[in-house]
Amino acid sequence: MELIVLLAIPLAGAAWAAVLGERPYAPEANTAFSFATLIAAAALAMRVIGEGSFSAADEQFFIDPFNVFLVTLTAFVGFTTSLFSRPYMRIEFEHGRIKPRQLRLYHSMYQLFVAAMLIALTSNNMGLVWVAMEAATLSTVLLVTLYRTPASLEAGWKYFILCGVGIAQALFGTILLYFAAEKVLGGEGMTALLWTHLNAVKGSLEPAVLSLAFVFLLVGYGTKVGLVPLHNWLPDAHAEGPTPISAVLSGLLLNVAAYAVVRCKVLVEGSLGSPLPGRMLMAFGLFSVVVASFFLWRQRDIKRLFAYSSIEHMGIITFAFGMGGPVANFAALLHMTVHSLTKSAIFFAVGHAAQKAGTQVMDDIRGLITLSPTVGWGLMLGALAILGLPPFGVFASEFLILTTAMRDHPWATPILLLALGVAFAAIFGRVQPMVFGETSAKRLPVFAHLGLVLMLGVFIPPSLAEWFRLAAQLIAGS
Amino acid sequence: MSVIPWLTQALEVLAAIAVAPLFGGWIVQCRAWLQNKSAPSIWLPYRAIHKLFHKEAVLAERASPLFRFAPYVVFGSMVCAAAIIPSMGTRLPFSGAADAIALVGLLATARVFVSLAAMDVGTAFGTLGARREMMVGFLAEPALLMVIFVASLISSSTALPEISDALATQPFALYPSLAFTAVAFVLVLLAENARIPVDNPATHLELTMIHEAMLLEYSARHLALMEWAAALKLFNYACIGFALFVPWGVATEQAQTPAALFASLPILAAKLAAAGVGLALIETVSAKLRVFRAPEFLATAFLLAVLGLLVNLLLRA
Amino acid sequence: MSELPFDLQILNALAALFLLLAFAMLAQRRVVALVSLLAFQGALLCAATLLLAHRTGQWHLYFSALLTLALKVVFLPWLLRRLIRRLGVYWDSEPLINTTATMLLGLLVVIFSFGLAQPIAALASTATRNAIGIAVAVVLLAFLTMITRRKAMSQVVGFLSMENGLFFGAMSATYGMPMIVELGVALDVLVAMLVLGVFFFQIREQFDSLDLHHLESLKEEQ
Repeated sequence: MELIVLLAIPLAGAAWAAVLGERPYAPEANTAFSFATLIAAAALAMRVIGEGSFSAADEQFFIDPFNVFLVTLTAFVGFTTSLFSRPYMRIEFEHGRIKPRQLRLYHSMYQLFVAAMLIALTSNNMGLVWVAMEAATLSTVLLVTLYRTPASLEAGWKYFILCGVGIAQALFGTILLYFAAEKVLGGEGMTALLWTHLNAVKGSLEPAVLSLAFVFLLVGYGTKVGLVPLHNWLPDAHAEGPTPISAVLSGLLLNVAAYAVVRCKVLVEGSLGSPLPGRMLMAFGLFSVVVASFFLWRQRDIKRLFAYSSIEHMGIITFAFGMGGPVANFAALLHMTVHSLTKSAIFFAVGHAAQKAGTQVMDDIRGLITLSPTVGWGLMLGALAILGLPPFGVFASEFLILTTAMRDHPWATPILLLALGVAFAAIFGRVQPMVFGETSAKRLPVFAHLGLVLMLGVFIPPSLAEWFRLAAQLIAGS
Repeated sequence: MSVIPWLTQALEVLAAIAVAPLFGGWIVQCRAWLQNKSAPSIWLPYRAIHKLFHKEAVLAERASPLFRFAPYVVFGSMVCAAAIIPSMGTRLPFSGAADAIALVGLLATARVFVSLAAMDVGTAFGTLGARREMMVGFLAEPALLMVIFVASLISSSTALPEISDALATQPFALYPSLAFTAVAFVLVLLAENARIPVDNPATHLELTMIHEAMLLEYSARHLALMEWAAALKLFNYACIGFALFVPWGVATEQAQTPAALFASLPILAAKLAAAGVGLALIETVSAKLRVFRAPEFLATAFLLAVLGLLVNLLLRA
Repeated sequence: MSELPFDLQILNALAALFLLLAFAMLAQRRVVALVSLLAFQGALLCAATLLLAHRTGQWHLYFSALLTLALKVVFLPWLLRRLIRRLGVYWDSEPLINTTATMLLGLLVVIFSFGLAQPIAALASTATRNAIGIAVAVVLLAFLTMITRRKAMSQVVGFLSMENGLFFGAMSATYGMPMIVELGVALDVLVAMLVLGVFFFQIREQFDSLDLHHLESLKEEQ
């Protein structure tokens, strides 16, 4: 029941915004829809905590601790981003960078995007997961090109083609998965693509086919996660689209794609019995971390800088999921949460900063602390948080990941430390001059996120920890 | 019993020699029909050959013995080729001497001698034609060999009569690989026999010639033999095509009777007529390619043949 | 070889023709002709689905064939042709490597994909399992088409051809995906094309051309 409500609200919002999205009260309505989604997500989470995992609609949807926390996170970040986008888009509209028709497109696609992500998260049918991921991509393509500048068109085209090709590989992987499943589960009805059923019989699925399927699925969904060398679309899409879109892309879409990869990894590991999938994830993850941290040095645009930071952190998450085991999975889940919150907070601050200074080039933004203290502090704290300074939550998760790596894969630790160090220097070196060298507007979302992250660094509520532990067990143990 | 194969053999060779110029005339007639013109008589090639034989041969001063012998060698190799192509029957006594690959070698011999003779006298156009001919031949040969190779996969033998036999006696089935190679073969046929789109047989512009340029220095009986050999080459190629792709109607290994042999004659005539119409159609709708595009044309043929091979290996059909 | 029942022989012939079309797309430079080849590919796919439906008696395959016909043979080519007319992009520029080299590369790709598909084909239980190699080959050839083109429209046609190949693979390996998945994929393709239509106009508005050379300016130094 809650599930239907949860999925229906953003869809209704999209429909509404498609018609009335340019009215003066549209941003408020957008926020209202997002808030309603959040309430529904919270209710769903309550139910899962109370009753445990359950499936709905003839087993086409499945909610367990792993995806319900992602659902809540998505709804939350969606809500806060809509809060942020209210004044932001107003100012953009006043500056003349967008027109009323584009506002309509923006609001309806925003809601559609949230709906697609929620479907991808809650669906049990691997085919539907694919469809929803593709829908999520398509709904954001037109948003990346919202400003109609040459650079944004190029970014949108790259996004469309690269993610399109990637998702086609993922489709092939899904076909292979279906092919393997059909032998064991039979093709009657639609049970062959249901994750729960596949999970139950994964030991008897054909290993050769599954390993080939995993390669394609990893390449396909990995493109959307932003794993190097398939990451080319990410910096451009983040830099050229409107800032709320950068926030949700970084904070949410990458997570959902990683979720899809992990679901596949669980199946393939169970079938193969070898650590090959985990190794592949680790390899891609490490490669992404290293390459991204070195690319951070060459960035001049502030949004591109933090886009590469997203690639780096998704690399860490992928690496952690690749290592496997309850601790690493727990750490990865924690990292997903804190990264999502922190990165969106940063993008909020960056959005305000860029609007204030009128440019995205870092060399031209100076002295934010005097220009607008709240933005300056927000950016500084956000940068410190994402760099893994204690007591923020990112430190806790990175610490857990590093210690697990040291214990199980000591060769990876120096690489990770080096990359993290390089990233630290790069980001800190850029943010420092920007901050240290006045308006009201709502800064609430920035500090709300940072406050949560701070809290998660210092104290993880037992229910959340239990949640994470259950999810970690699900990923590792089963 | 053992008379039939010899009879078949003799008939084939004689038919080839006799009918080849008629085939050329028929193609000209069809082309004229398609273009709404009136054609010369289909017996014109015979009259041309006859006229040439009664003329006095004029040779260049620098001409070596090669120049004088080349027409006979070329004509002879074409006749040999005609002897081992199963146009009427598949039990040929001479077929043991050469399989399809040797056949390709015979055709290559002819080509080499024509080119050498053209270069022998040292004229500019002769050398031009010789070089172009060798380029076309160099690219067409692999394609032709690939075509034969694919056809041989279906019958596990490279001897042309056995390929024909295998295909003719099997129940009818769709062979996609043969379809691809058939198209490739047609392309090779057009290239090797100097038809449009690779070369215009009726052109008088020397700079666009490939085959005709090599015959510019010949006269009288030498020219007659060369022209006859060219007609024989087209006839042979057509018969190779029939043997590989539409071998039905040929007197097969099992049915070596006079009745089957005499039945194969009208069937061959019908096939030739159809082929003539087809060739004329292709020539009418295509434009001549520029010479530097000829390699692309032949690369397409080669690729189609390889594709046929791959499809055969994958689908086993 | 000839022991196969006749409808399977026709299916094999359709598969071979499918591969030939993918090759023809690789060499084709006229954009309108590319779209026609795409429509023809869709028609082959539809015919193959119908034959398979007739052979196996599965009802959802009839529906799938109808969907393919409506979408891939009628609607999408019409949409693309309309876009071509309104945008005026009739020709593609010379491909990045010359035609002969592209074709040879395509041949290597085909050999590679046949090898790749061997283990899958060995495990399949459908009658058309041999055609899996052809499906993979078509996907990779379409990918090659995409990366050797400069005009945006040709890249899109390559992308759609890739989808065709994937569908053919699904059909030959598992007699098609579950209905809901197929519907979803069809919907996605449709929406993608509509998005693309809007996108092309935006690009043309900005650059006055659909040559992708203009879309290569974003580099790392920015």
